Amino acid sequence: MSKATSPKIELSDIKKSFGSKIVLDGVDLTVNKGESMVIIGGSGSGKSVTLKCILGLIHPDSGSVKIDGQETLDLRAQERDQMMKKFGMLFQGGALFDSMPIWENVAFGLIQGQKMERGQARTIALQKIEQVGLAAKTVADLYPAELSGGMQKRVSLARAIATSPEIIFFDEPTTGLDPIMADVINELIVDCVKDLGATALTITHDMASVRKIADHVAMIYEGKIIWTGPVAELDNSGNDYVDQFIRGRGTGPINKHAGFKTV
Amino acid sequence: MVTMSHISSTPLKSGQILNLPRLICQIVGHSILGFLRSIGALSLFVGRATAHCFMPPFFPRLTLRQFIDIGYYSLPVVGMTALFTGMVLALQSYTGFTRFNAEGAVAGVVALSVTRELAPVLAGLMVAGRVGASIAAEIGTMRVTEQIDALVTLSVNPFKYLIAPRLIAGTLMLPLLVLIGDIIGIYGGYIVGVYNLGFSSGNYIEQTWDILERMDVISGLIKAAVFGFIVSAMGCYHGFNSGRGAQGVGTATTYAVVSASILILVFNYILTEVFFS
Repeated sequence: MSKATSPKIELSDIKKSFGSKIVLDGVDLTVNKGESMVIIGGSGSGKSVTLKCILGLIHPDSGSVKIDGQETLDLRAQERDQMMKKFGMLFQGGALFDSMPIWENVAFGLIQGQKMERGQARTIALQKIEQVGLAAKTVADLYPAELSGGMQKRVSLARAIATSPEIIFFDEPTTGLDPIMADVINELIVDCVKDLGATALTITHDMASVRKIADHVAMIYEGKIIWTGPVAELDNSGNDYVDQFIRGRGTGPINKHAGFKTV
Repeated sequence: MVTMSHISSTPLKSGQILNLPRLICQIVGHSILGFLRSIGALSLFVGRATAHCFMPPFFPRLTLRQFIDIGYYSLPVVGMTALFTGMVLALQSYTGFTRFNAEGAVAGVVALSVTRELAPVLAGLMVAGRVGASIAAEIGTMRVTEQIDALVTLSVNPFKYLIAPRLIAGTLMLPLLVLIGDIIGIYGGYIVGVYNLGFSSGNYIEQTWDILERMDVISGLIKAAVFGFIVSAMGCYHGFNSGRGAQGVGTATTYAVVSASILILVFNYILTEVFFS
């Protein structure tokens, strides 16, 4: 039964510094299966680095990252490739491959990662493109540069869910979109995650997005998680930092001039 | 008096003078360590990339595309370079050799210089400018726009998907280009020799065949393979480790071309030493 009870993602005491800048100063975070966790925090607070540490794109200086109870930091390259199959990721800038058409972008994980036959992969890709609200017939053979920012985000979402991952990461999914498109993307994220029964981890500083997507919220400040709890408790967190952040006040314990801590 | 009191009022002065050598040592040490670190990083990168060239899964489609990109599309550049190099070589060596009444050696000099030295080195440098820059810019842009991270999250190893095809194509295509360049270069010498300097056509060809040995051509082709590897490896390395933003990609492209060009000249000397001494 230990497998069923072990959390989907478990970070303990993650530390990472770049040169003399301490970016993560002991991050602890637990995300349970099927939960939608949102990490909030200001720019430069270490949100993106936390995400990249979980994905293995950045190797933390110390600490442990467990996925399904399995330690991932000492995995060999091939085991890591296997583990990556559990993940899907929506990048902040979309990160679509600009050398291939939309459908191939969406089908990429299926064709290259899972070695699926191209025709079959295209069929699934077209379904996923429809699922994120785009007309597959008109969009499928265009290139990413021919789409607007909002459409690119949708395609990127379609790519993230195409392989039916167990865990999906969203890196500032609404940044750079108009409020209506942002809301559409938020709805899609909720629908897609529910549809797949996936665990979701989102980083954002958009409070509208938080209230729409999150089950649980964690606030990161100066490389540490300073508050975590269900989204319903966000407004009565009793934490001055959280209060200041969610109300977007310029004055409070969070000093905008505070940079990185140094060693 | 003023200056005296000024000096005596700053007792730290002697300490600062003592600090100066330490400062110089710090700067020198820092840059040496930085240099060694980048050599280490480069070696690790090249070693890892080479290993991935031989480990499945392979990407034959992508490798084929790189063959076309690196090989076929470089053909005009390399061809033109070889043609005019051969032509100017015949012209220059003729002017020199008439002073010793040794005009007959022109064909031989053209053949040997082109195959052993000029075709591989000049083709290498031209390809470094054309292919090395484009590899660095392409991979650098993918790095900056997080497309490389996206590859990783889609369980595709970027070393296998992006770098191995380029290394393989660079190493295999440059010798082929140089072989064609050899032929065009010698033909350039032939054109100038026969139509401009008044050699007889049969004579020129016969002299070329007489002097040319298999090893001359083969050594040139081996050099070309090494140069092709260098160009691709430098393009990939600098692109892969590109800094942020447009400026980062620009710098990566510059480094890729400059380092590839210098390494080509250095390895040209080393390989010549190995082959012919």
